Amino acid sequence: MTRHGADFAMAEPASADTPVVSFQGVGMRYGRAPEVLRDIDLTLTQGSFHFLTGPSGAGKSSLLKLIYLAHQPSRGLIRLFGQEAATLPRAALPALRRRMGVVFQEYRLLDHLTVFDNAALPLRVAGGRFDEYRQDVIELLAWVGLGHKISAMPATLSGGEKQRLAVARAVVGKPDLLLVDEPTGNVDQEMGRRILRLLKELNRMGSTVLVASHDVALVEESGSPILTLKGGRLGGPQDGPLP
Amino acid sequence: MSFDPRTAETAIERPAPLFPRQFQQDRTLGLVIGVLCFLACLCAVAALASDRAASGWRRELGASATVQVRPKAGETPSEAADRAAEALAGAKGVAEARALDREAAERLLEPWLGKGNIPDDLPLPRLVVVDLDRQHPADAAALNQALSAAGVDASVDDHGRWIADVRRTGDIARAAALGALLLFAMTAGAVIAFATRATLQTQRDVVEVLHLAGAQDRFVVKLVRRRFAILAGQAGLFGAATAAALAALMKLFGGENGLTPVLPLAWIDLLAVLPCPLLAAAVAAIAVRRAAMSILKAA
Repeated sequence: MTRHGADFAMAEPASADTPVVSFQGVGMRYGRAPEVLRDIDLTLTQGSFHFLTGPSGAGKSSLLKLIYLAHQPSRGLIRLFGQEAATLPRAALPALRRRMGVVFQEYRLLDHLTVFDNAALPLRVAGGRFDEYRQDVIELLAWVGLGHKISAMPATLSGGEKQRLAVARAVVGKPDLLLVDEPTGNVDQEMGRRILRLLKELNRMGSTVLVASHDVALVEESGSPILTLKGGRLGGPQDGPLP
Repeated sequence: MSFDPRTAETAIERPAPLFPRQFQQDRTLGLVIGVLCFLACLCAVAALASDRAASGWRRELGASATVQVRPKAGETPSEAADRAAEALAGAKGVAEARALDREAAERLLEPWLGKGNIPDDLPLPRLVVVDLDRQHPADAAALNQALSAAGVDASVDDHGRWIADVRRTGDIARAAALGALLLFAMTAGAVIAFATRATLQTQRDVVEVLHLAGAQDRFVVKLVRRRFAILAGQAGLFGAATAAALAALMKLFGGENGLTPVLPLAWIDLLAVLPCPLLAAAVAAIAVRRAAMSILKAA
């Protein structure tokens, strides 16, 4: 399995000292509404593992959106892999995005594609050859417990299976930065732990991981540093358990 | 349920298209492109046939000339015509010259005056028909020179005016056919651009997921372009085949000249439909690229 896509050479390799994600005084708003995120200062170093917590509506998903370049900040400076995101031309964004894996809260699976094709999507987009990635994807799907459903369509999957598929798609390219939005929302405790172990494993392999979750048990169990969003402002990081 | 990797591998033989197929839209679009290609092919075949007809007419007109003889005092019209024919027959670039007698001149007027309605004492211009050498035809000046040398008072009509008219008509027909082909291509391009917009609009979620997975705009464009180029190529093949079949039927059952003397079809004209599928695919590819890039950049 390739770690990066075909044109990753465009992006600077992040050295150990270069933060993978760096926010300075970042704000974000939707349209003309008041800011949902205010004065966010955040640094994620390479190989770190953080939880992002906060009550519903605190802005966890919005913060992730800023990181995976789905939304522009209303102010402040965002640097990703050492590059200032706001000044990057549109053509440079895909190379950065290919260094990230994202598990969306609402999964965002493609309903017309099979489980296999959904999971393989990042590799395909990165120019991977089917013959080269087929075996890796099948093994990954087996690992997340979907080996028997590789030809199934997402509409036939349960919520938990969809979640596992979304995780598989996010990690298939072994991304440098993994953003996970509520990974255990629809899975049982055992599968939740399994997903967490997968995330930890990827973290050990060098991926920087940020997990947005309000699953207190999961967060406390992990013992990883916690960033807390409240009223659009960021607190922490603190080493668990939650206050 | 147990997992067998070998079974899983055989279940996945090739990647599925990243854009969902839209059978209804594709069928309608294919039909429209097919009809446009059919009309474009008929237009091309008709243009070739009319060009051939015009060339034939030009060749016929250019291969002969008509001389109107005015008799001198004391000379009968027949004598003057015979003298002119004799003078012209020996001129360089003339294959044959023959004087028309009065009966032949009357036959030429019959369509306008009716048979038997021409009084015997009506003075008729006497004509000499000159067949020119096909390889090196004499021009009007050479004919006039031969007539002057023989002391014949006559005016030469080398059909230049008619040839110019036929040439102009041929040029207009060719330009009209080319214009029609361009119009068909532009219409096809516009239809495909519209379909591209509709596809990107209805598949916005797919496009967004592809972008978030790191797809370049050109990757997305390539997906749409490939799909519509194949569709247009298939529709072009259908349109071209239908037009060729119709033209072949015209040739087979339309009589000696293919359809009419005005449109003398030849079998080789049917080859004009061959580039159609390729051109249709190329037009689709260009239209998709332009439309999709502008939409994606504006998004």
